[in-house]
Amino acid sequence: MINLVRNEMLKLLRKKRLYVIILIIAFLVPLFTYAQFKEIQDQREKMGNQDWRTTLQQEITDTQNRLSSSRIQDEWRKFLKIRLSQQQYYLENDIDPRAPGAPTFMRIFVENSIDLLLPLLVMVIVADLVSSESSGGTIKLLLTRPVKRWRILLSKYLAMLLSISFIVLSVAVLSYGISGVVFGYGGWNMPLLTGFTVSGDELLTENVHIVPQWQYILMEFGLVWYVCMIVGTLTFMLSVLLRSTAAVMGIMLASLIAGAILANMVSSWESAKYFFMVNLNLTNYVSGMATPIEGMSLGFSMSVLAVWGIAGFIIAFVTFSKRDIY
Amino acid sequence: MSQTPALEVKNLTKKIKGKQIIKGVSFTLVPGEVFGFLGPNGAGKTTTIRMIVGLISPTSGTIKIGGKNVRTEFTEAMRHLGCIVENPELYPYLTGWENLIHFQKMDSSIPKTRLNEVIELVGLQNRIHDRVSTYSLGMRQRLGIAQALLGKPKVLILDEPTNGLDPAGIREMREFIRQLAREENLSVLVSSHLLSEIQLMCDRVAIISKGTVLRTDSVDNLLAEQERVIWRAEPIKVAKEILSMETEVTEGPDHTLITLYNEPLLPDWNEKLVKAGVRVKEMRTQLPSLEDLFLEVTGGESID
Repeated sequence: MINLVRNEMLKLLRKKRLYVIILIIAFLVPLFTYAQFKEIQDQREKMGNQDWRTTLQQEITDTQNRLSSSRIQDEWRKFLKIRLSQQQYYLENDIDPRAPGAPTFMRIFVENSIDLLLPLLVMVIVADLVSSESSGGTIKLLLTRPVKRWRILLSKYLAMLLSISFIVLSVAVLSYGISGVVFGYGGWNMPLLTGFTVSGDELLTENVHIVPQWQYILMEFGLVWYVCMIVGTLTFMLSVLLRSTAAVMGIMLASLIAGAILANMVSSWESAKYFFMVNLNLTNYVSGMATPIEGMSLGFSMSVLAVWGIAGFIIAFVTFSKRDIY
Repeated sequence: MSQTPALEVKNLTKKIKGKQIIKGVSFTLVPGEVFGFLGPNGAGKTTTIRMIVGLISPTSGTIKIGGKNVRTEFTEAMRHLGCIVENPELYPYLTGWENLIHFQKMDSSIPKTRLNEVIELVGLQNRIHDRVSTYSLGMRQRLGIAQALLGKPKVLILDEPTNGLDPAGIREMREFIRQLAREENLSVLVSSHLLSEIQLMCDRVAIISKGTVLRTDSVDNLLAEQERVIWRAEPIKVAKEILSMETEVTEGPDHTLITLYNEPLLPDWNEKLVKAGVRVKEMRTQLPSLEDLFLEVTGGESID
């Protein structure tokens, strides 16, 4: 099996797809870094010449004032306390919450690329994994070896798994390495709030707690990897079913973009939440953004994605081992 | 011959969308023979070959390679098989060497030293480390054969092996195939729609048309049966009259007459002609080409 996976990795490398992906990331990261940098500058200008410590101190006093009021609910009080400790941490450790370090950039970058950019990159690698063998005719040589078909497909799947992990890893490394030049490399321990839940129109804060940024980033990258694997599996299935790589790309692209559009307009169409493409934004659950459709939660989205992924995996393997090759 | 057949195909059928494409094909290959699979385009040659190599699953019937059933003992059967189905489509972005390594890794029983053996056998030593995309068609064909021979197969299946080769290449390929059968005791199944090629290359031939095997016999037998005698005689009218009393006569081109070949009676026919005052100028036997044969067996179905 190791030999088969090595074969697949060799072919992937020789097709130079991975280099292209790294180049794309290496080109985009400086672009976004500059955009981020501009935004921070803009904010600073708006605030005038005031020192950020003064602003933060004002915010802390404000929060303290609100806490001392007797009329607020217990739950809200708890949330404010957490906010307060976060703000105090920034002040004590001399962290400017509006001037992010490289880890913050990393975090913002993956949060924004999880639903479209990364799935697209994954697609570029996976789309022709099987279909190129069918259209190039090499599948005839591949399947007339003393190796069972499911093993050949599994070796391709494992190669996909390795390259997706590689893509996610290089996104992490490149975004950290490149943005750090501008923002500095510190900020791993910066406290962040997580644990928001949404019920109806209300943002529930009862489970909110503080986690250090490195833990937060680790969590998000785990989710990003998961999403990429599901998108990869579905693309893989299409690649088995269709001979044309262009068709695979077309279908995947259409459904990913449809997901982005749907997420903005399906709040009243409840059953749309079972589509895989509206569930890709897993990092939103960590940062506590509103979900596109009511009743969606991290567990729900992950299960929907898992069902789609498993179905895709089974369809791919069953059709591949039974299919007649002409 | 009592040895186990290298390849055994029995009552093979294939139905695609309710249409019977292959209607009960059977044949066997003994070790060391070159077997021709002859038929017009669309006769079912490629479908049959794809079923043998396991790319298409048959609707019914069995295929055994070296005694192993392709459906139930796939990996064992494939160990004995090397094939090129249609064009030798290799990975163009890999070098010849990498292509071979790729296939060597897929069968743990092939040692790495085997690579150099097959490369030498097909004579690709000089270009083996170049990318396949820079190869000519003949070189790809050779690399395809190297790939097929990698696992020391008992059966080699070549679908249209001389497709796209120049005359020198065709000749080389033909000799190479014969040599493999002779020296390595390899059974070779060659499919082709080119009759002349099969005639020169094969020991036995199966003629397939519309999904059925019409005839299977040795090339010599098939041809001998159809051997003809060409007569040139004057006056041709009298000659024809006399000969038609003895046997079937047709008129050939250039004022010739054609009769069946019948060795014991031939001198008598000649004597009768001479006695009747016919001057027999020429009398020669002619082997028909497989082409004539094919037309006769298939009932005039076109072949290109």
